[in-house]
Amino acid sequence: MAIDRREFLKLAGVGGAVFASGLAGCAGMRMKQDDFYFVQLSDTHWGFKGDALNPDAGGTLQKAVAAVNALATKPDFIVFTGDLTHTTDDPKERRRRLAEFRDIVSKLDNKNVRFMPGEHDASLDQGQAWKEFFGASYYSFDHKGVHFIAIDNVSDPAAKIGEAQLAWLKADLDKQAKDAPIVVLTHRPLFDLMPQWDWATKDGAQAVALLMPHPNVTVFYGHIHQEHHHMTGHIAHHSAKSLIFPLVAPGSKPKREPIPWDAAQPYKGLGFRSVETETPAKITEYPVKA
Amino acid sequence: MKRRQLLIAVAAGALFGPAARSQEKVIRIVAKKFEFTPSEITLERGVPVVLELTTEDVAMGFSAPDFKADVEIVPGKVARLRLVPDKAGTFEFICDVFCGDGHEDMGGKIHVT
Repeated sequence: MAIDRREFLKLAGVGGAVFASGLAGCAGMRMKQDDFYFVQLSDTHWGFKGDALNPDAGGTLQKAVAAVNALATKPDFIVFTGDLTHTTDDPKERRRRLAEFRDIVSKLDNKNVRFMPGEHDASLDQGQAWKEFFGASYYSFDHKGVHFIAIDNVSDPAAKIGEAQLAWLKADLDKQAKDAPIVVLTHRPLFDLMPQWDWATKDGAQAVALLMPHPNVTVFYGHIHQEHHHMTGHIAHHSAKSLIFPLVAPGSKPKREPIPWDAAQPYKGLGFRSVETETPAKITEYPVKA
Repeated sequence: MKRRQLLIAVAAGALFGPAARSQEKVIRIVAKKFEFTPSEITLERGVPVVLELTTEDVAMGFSAPDFKADVEIVPGKVARLRLVPDKAGTFEFICDVFCGDGHEDMGGKIHVT
């Protein structure tokens, strides 16, 4: 796949420095599948209100949708890795936010969109409302030789994948060739990034252990509202930026806290990414722009 | 035996007798949206304590990752967690069961002297 980066940026309505890094964990992807790319958006928190953190909370998601639609080369598909909506105790309001989110993202030109829940969407009702809108909360699918697995580590409010889903994951992996390219999509980190800040999955190590025999696995997740890259053995874990407000880097402050809106640099720290599976596989980060 | 099972077994008194338990300091902590009371506790290094945790509203969690200690707090029940601090300093504890808009700020400190 040939993407003219400058044209991509121009048409996407974004600009500035773009971070791109080799996708070490996808090294095996250079084998035989057709080249393609997908777009990851995360942590849109539709329904959040707080001008100090994002005075355009009601418009940032739409800007991201427009930017994705403006990509010169269209992605094969788009994923949302959780926290589509901001939490609310009111079940009616939760459904209203989910409906509004769905309406906004229905404006994406590419209708091949995959959704995952975050704890803000699903933890207070064990995913009941979320499933009414988006179906199963964990599933797998294949695309051009790559096996994608969506793991739900939020419908249990205690941040557990749970025995039933782990058994399903094992059965799903058992059907794959050992060297199959595998991409895992989830919300929370599967490893203990910062348990003191609730940046972990209680039984994530069991999922990683199931994935470990497969040499070509990469994990994309959200939850921490910033880009972060980590290896557990040969498995690369890449977190995505948020589309509502960024959080401070893990361990950089005594407590987890959001980074206030900077009027001099609006939308700083927000964005989405493309993930290319060509050789070499590559992540490219794109900011949101007014 | 997994850590959680161990904690539950310890809390149930399976691994230490009533006499030993009765000598250990008990600290009661009450959880409610979105705070623990007290939010700071002071312990002595090497001295066991039993935390008795209750919730006034919804299910909560108590997690002190630096001591690999966590327990779920179910409404209407007392959750007991035996803790033996093995290092001095100040450490965070958090609610690790998502409980609503404010969950992210729900936590406290353990001071170990």
